[in-house]
Formats: sequence, structure tokens, C-alpha cells
Amino acid sequence: MKFVDNVKADVTADIVYMMCPMHLLKLDEMMKKIEKGQILEIMTDYDGALEDIPQWCEKTGNEFIGIHEDEDYFKFYVRKLV
Amino acid sequence: MRCYLDHVATNPLDPQVFDAMLPYFKEEFGNPLSIYDLGIKARTAIENAREQVGKLINSKPSNIIFTSSGAEANNLALRGLAMAKQSTGKHVLVSKVEHHSILNSARVLEKSGFAVTYLPVDKYGVVDPDVVKSSITKETILVSITHASSEIGSIEPIKEISKITKQKKILLHTDAVATCGNIPVDVNDLDVDALSIAAHQFYGPKGAGALYVREGVRIVPLIYGGIQEGGRRAGTENVPAIVGMGKAAEIAMQRMSDRIAHCQRLRDRIIESILKIPNVYLTGHPENRLPHHASFVVEFIEGEAMLLMLAMKGIYAASGSACSSRALKSSPVLLSLGVQTALAQGSIVFTLGQGNTDAEIDYLLDEFPKVISRLREMSPFAKGWQQGS
Repeated sequence: MKFVDNVKADVTADIVYMMCPMHLLKLDEMMKKIEKGQILEIMTDYDGALEDIPQWCEKTGNEFIGIHEDEDYFKFYVRKLV
Repeated sequence: MRCYLDHVATNPLDPQVFDAMLPYFKEEFGNPLSIYDLGIKARTAIENAREQVGKLINSKPSNIIFTSSGAEANNLALRGLAMAKQSTGKHVLVSKVEHHSILNSARVLEKSGFAVTYLPVDKYGVVDPDVVKSSITKETILVSITHASSEIGSIEPIKEISKITKQKKILLHTDAVATCGNIPVDVNDLDVDALSIAAHQFYGPKGAGALYVREGVRIVPLIYGGIQEGGRRAGTENVPAIVGMGKAAEIAMQRMSDRIAHCQRLRDRIIESILKIPNVYLTGHPENRLPHHASFVVEFIEGEAMLLMLAMKGIYAASGSACSSRALKSSPVLLSLGVQTALAQGSIVFTLGQGNTDAEIDYLLDEFPKVISRLREMSPFAKGWQQGS
């Protein structure tokens, strides 16, 4: 897992306390809304996202930048490539 | 004559609402999550209703979470918001005139390690914003005060309270079940973070409610499962009820001022006339109250007896909250106003609707004094009073 600090996101989606599969649905929804090259930050406390979000990026051809652990949730950073 | 004066218990469904709901019981029965046209139609209908309900309270549609009732919305607000904020503090403020869906949720929070302060009210059942302010501690994360109590009708100073909670960065929820659809409710004007609504309070169907949650406010769901309501409330949606709620909201916006004028006039007739009966007192605020709400305590007799005798005449009213009435308990709301236990037993609440007529009110005002006289004749408590001692 890639841990990152100080990533500047263009758009943030806060889905803390939302369970599976909201992390994937929100990711898909937000990625459709942003421009190529922009960075999406997803805040979630759902552990399954640790596996699912990098896999989703690999499958769809987008860049998984990494995660940042914040208090009791994670911040995932994804750059839109396609 | 049948005279229904219990509109805070529930309202009859507006025929236009029924017509709007009907197709979703029959041909448009699809699951809103299905990707084919039947599902899309159901999903579109829900999103349309979300827009209609949003407009009623001046909210973005995306901030509306549909629930099964006002009680569920209150549970979700109190427990969901408190759980989401518990890492910053575990103290919650509620008033003593809240509905049981708030008070019992608060008790559940207490069992989970939260501290709850039950705020006192004045003799009209109104919370003092200064008391809210002085009750806030470093641990306070959430304040929940009803917009108006359905038992006494007093409208609470939510706007003033929100100024305090905003300054202290504390969440504010209001239970607007009794007000929303009946008087103007604007979430931005009130400046609340969450607000509960029930459709059957404004001629919509039972089984449909909503919780407004301001954008950016986190909430822990009560029901886990699917992705309905953005993951905030799982379970296949009650599409006809949600459609009905949306339609009822649209109609409420169109007719609100007429409904208020109509009900207020009849309410004032009731209050003026009933207060002429000896030893009957108005409960709640004399002016700043729901336009369709007239509530009293009648000395020396019990509310239950009045209800039964009125029902025999075809007049339907309430005595305190439905829950207290069934449990034959003195209303905690009335006791919090400082009403003596014996007097609180004589609670009676008349709540009006758009269908009530002057002829019905004439009938009530003719029959109700007779009911009181008859019951006082039988009451052992009334004897001393009747003899003037």
C-alpha cells in the first residue's frame, strides 16, 4: 500500500460511515464528473476500500496515487487518466 | 355528524396524492435499483419526490434522506449524528418537550455511554436559548429541539438556538414533524444541520418520512444493506409512499397560506369558546403556536373519559401524545410545563385540518361543555369544587 502526504485534491467525496459498495459507487460517480488529470480524494472508514479502490484503478486505467491515514478514516487519492 | 379534530395524530390522504401514488402500486412496480425501464421509472419518481420535498424546506434534493416515518427520521438524526461525532465529545442536549422518538433515542445514547441533558421549558413549553447556551459543555456535540410540540403546539425559537450552536460548532437537529407542511419551514433560515419530516402530517401517506441532513454533515446509518439513499438508509424504497410524500409537499406549498388562514380562524373560535368554561386552561403558548392546534387541561376529569364521550358523539380528539394516552400516564410534556399531575390527566388536544368546517366547530362547541359537565357530575374530585368549597 502506498502511503502519501500532502496530496492536493481537486475534488473531495466524504463517505465516512457509508458501507460497501458506496466507496465504489461514489468513486465511479465522481470520476465521471472530474476532468482528466484531476485528483479525487475519497474519505472513507470502510476497510474493504483498501483492496477495492486500487483494484478499481487498475481495472479502469486510472492512477491510484495512494492513501493517507487520518484519525479514524482513510483518504484515498486517485488521478483520472481515462 | 363526524368531526375529526386529531390532525396531529394523522391527516386524511389528499385525493390528488392518492392518484399520484396509484400507478406505483400497480403498473410501475419496479425496483428503483433495477437498470431496465421499470426500475428507471421508479427511480425517476423517487428523485422527483426528493426535489418536491426539498423545495418544501428550501433544501437541495441531495440533502433529503427518505425514511419510513418521522420517528425513524428522529432516531436516525439523534443516534446517527451523535455516533458520527462521538470522537469529539459525548454530550447531547434535548428538551423535555420532545417526542418519544427523540427522548427514547436519547435514553439509548445514555446506555451507550453518552451524557444527555434534558433541557427545561417555561410554562408555555418554550426552550430558553440562554439555557441552551449555558448547558453547552466542551463535550457537547449535538442539540435536538423540536420545532413545535404536537402536544402543546408551541413553536420553539430554533433560529435563535441555531445562532448559538453555529457559534459553538455544535450540530443542531429539529423535529419538524408537527410543523413541516403546515407552516413555512426553511432549513437555511432556521440554519439547522438536520430536520425531520413526516408525510402524513400534511395530507401525505403514512409510512413516509424524511430527514434533511446538511451537506458535509456525517451520519451513521441505522439500517445497513444496499445503496439506497446514498448508503445512508438501506432497504428497497417504499416508492408509492415516497411519491405521495412528494406530491403532498408540492400541494402543501401551493395551499399553505389558505390552510393556515382556515385552520387558525377555527382554532381561535375553539380557544375563545372553550376558555369560557370554568377551570379549563390553555396549554402551550397563547400566540406563538401551531395555527391548527388548540390544547387544554380540564380540571377534575380525565382526558381519556373526555375522549371516549366525545368519540360517542362522533368527535375525534386526542389527550396528550398517543403513547402517553395509551399508557394512562401523565404526559411528561405537560409535567415539564409545571402542570400538576392531577391536572395533567385532564389533557385534551383539538387539531384542525383543511376539511373542517364551521358547522363542525359549532357542533364541538355545543357538545364539549356538556361532556365536561356530565363528567364533572360523576367525578369525585369535582365535588368540593361544585359545592364551592
